[in-house]
Amino acid sequence: MYVYDAFDHRFVAARVAQFRDQVNRRLSGELTEEQFRPLRLMNGVYLQLHAYMLRVAIPYGTLSSRQMRRLAHIARVWDKGYGHFTTRQNIQFNWPKLEAIPDILEALADVEMHAIQTSGNCIRNVTADHFAGADPDEVADPRPYAEILRQWSSLHPEFTYLPRKFKIAVTGAAADRAAIRFHDIGLVVVRNAAGEIGFEVHVGGGMGRTPFVAWKLKDFLPQADLLSYVEAILRVYNLYGRRDNKYKARIKILLHEAGLDKIRAEVEAEWAEIRDGALKLAPADVAAIAAQFAPPVFAERVPESAIEAAASAADAGFARWVASNVRPHRVAGHASVTISLKPIGGVPGDATAEQMEAVATLADAHGFGEIRVSHRQNLILPHVARDDLPALYAGLVAAGLATANAGLITDTITCPGLDFCALANARSIPIAQEISTRLGDAARQAEIGPLEIKISGCINACGHHHVGHIGILGVDRKGREFYQITLGGSADEQAAIGDSAGPGFWPEEVPGAVETLVATYLALRSDPAETFLATYRRVGLAPFREALDHGAR
Amino acid sequence: MQVVTANRLIDGRVVFRGADGGWVETIGAAVVLEEGAAAAAVAASAADVAARLIVEPYAIDVATEAAAIVPRTMRERIRASGPTAGSEAVALAALGRDA
Ligand code: SF4
Repeated sequence: MYVYDAFDHRFVAARVAQFRDQVNRRLSGELTEEQFRPLRLMNGVYLQLHAYMLRVAIPYGTLSSRQMRRLAHIARVWDKGYGHFTTRQNIQFNWPKLEAIPDILEALADVEMHAIQTSGNCIRNVTADHFAGADPDEVADPRPYAEILRQWSSLHPEFTYLPRKFKIAVTGAAADRAAIRFHDIGLVVVRNAAGEIGFEVHVGGGMGRTPFVAWKLKDFLPQADLLSYVEAILRVYNLYGRRDNKYKARIKILLHEAGLDKIRAEVEAEWAEIRDGALKLAPADVAAIAAQFAPPVFAERVPESAIEAAASAADAGFARWVASNVRPHRVAGHASVTISLKPIGGVPGDATAEQMEAVATLADAHGFGEIRVSHRQNLILPHVARDDLPALYAGLVAAGLATANAGLITDTITCPGLDFCALANARSIPIAQEISTRLGDAARQAEIGPLEIKISGCINACGHHHVGHIGILGVDRKGREFYQITLGGSADEQAAIGDSAGPGFWPEEVPGAVETLVATYLALRSDPAETFLATYRRVGLAPFREALDHGAR
Repeated sequence: MQVVTANRLIDGRVVFRGADGGWVETIGAAVVLEEGAAAAAVAASAADVAARLIVEPYAIDVATEAAAIVPRTMRERIRASGPTAGSEAVALAALGRDA
């Protein structure tokens, strides 16, 4: 993991002291709410429906067990005993008191964490593939590059007041698990014919009111030019991005309106000016950062674990969990484990302080103390020996964290929605809970196979509904909650935005509509191996839409 | 009929304007006003904004049902009575559940 150096420590500590002073000045009346609001937002503090909400960055989704314990401590001492993991690999605390937030930030700084740039029109927390460093098919670990980008973008004076927020995601594998095609900049680590490392650069992807799949701006950007090229993109955006209309201010609109060729030409011209300047990455500097992400020392293991096999034979629940939540690792005899935060009928993405501590303990015992947060609102232990899987599973069962549903229909992405969010039109969580309860039977889920439901409580699309195989969007219909369904969206390397499946549903109709879609899929699929998405791509919208029109109400 | 609501500055909690002009945590203790009076109460609340008690006061439409004060919109009902789901209680209950 990246370890703060003296500069980082001073920088974050100074920021905490500065915010403490700002809170004091607000409480003493020196600052008005209008003056204070932008300052608190720059430190991740929102005012939501019921309370302040603190959004804490988890850079590229990587956490140590020590950091996880600190998050648990914060949840217990300053919140109501739980936290909510989000689609941006952040954690949100829903109930902190304003007067306590400087203490929380100090507690975070102590474990090398902060909430800087988790809000505002700046470059936000850089996200990455949650299986980084563990995936068998990875070209290179994307996190050193994410860290380099984080250092470059932290308090970047030129990009602190962009037209709108700006999100960067990096993956080191061709299989896109970081939704990079739905970010302002998406980077894929690739190798060219000469074997050199570089990046495929995608730009202008996004969801929200006007969703776009990113345009590919460059096939191969040499590693040394990462920062200068990204800076050139940001400069072009900062110059031409619209500031007259908040809804047209993201770089995707600029790409859409100006066109790829024009933007590419502008970026190339800007890049030519700065390419050989101070931002050039020296191989030694990249290596120094990469060394901080060096993999743990794996013990030699046989590929097939007899201990795991025996446990699978003895315990069907364990076998089911392995089938859905455990995936191959690049090192023989090891695996990456998804810890589902989607208990059947529970709140997607929530973890209690006790659960966070249990995960930290299990990570220390079985996973080199390393934890990841996935944008799918689950936790990951990236490096686990297969021999350890039964013991890990037992620990997860004891903590209420052994739900065997990763990638299945109850593994929804769900935003906080109207239960918490000041921008929401409709609730998300109860819809997810009801779908999960109705479809949560293990055999049923296994029969249905991979199916991603994603739910947003408003068009801002924090719940990624546009890219759900089944997407659910909450809207306001004459003062009542109402839900529109989209089908066929996908956040992976075959990125697609879902198609509207008709006029929509009242809340109580939504779970039935999902059941109708599932039944339609099961009847239409060519064989059990054809996934919902593959079936949808083969047959199209019409049969699903027809089934909804006739069956759901 | 309306009541005036805001969030408390120090902890962000939802509050309502009471009969004595103070701020109360339960909507049941709020003073119900006709629209004009509610607008005047919002205006008067500016003093409490200046005094750093609350932020962003505004009036909401309510109905009185069986002596209870019920906001007309779901958003305000949720503000008044807390999250309908996803609360700490739900998360804690999940702890004991078999996976
Ligand atoms: S999608 Fe809308 S309702 Fe959901 S968290 Fe984002 S802003 Fe809030």
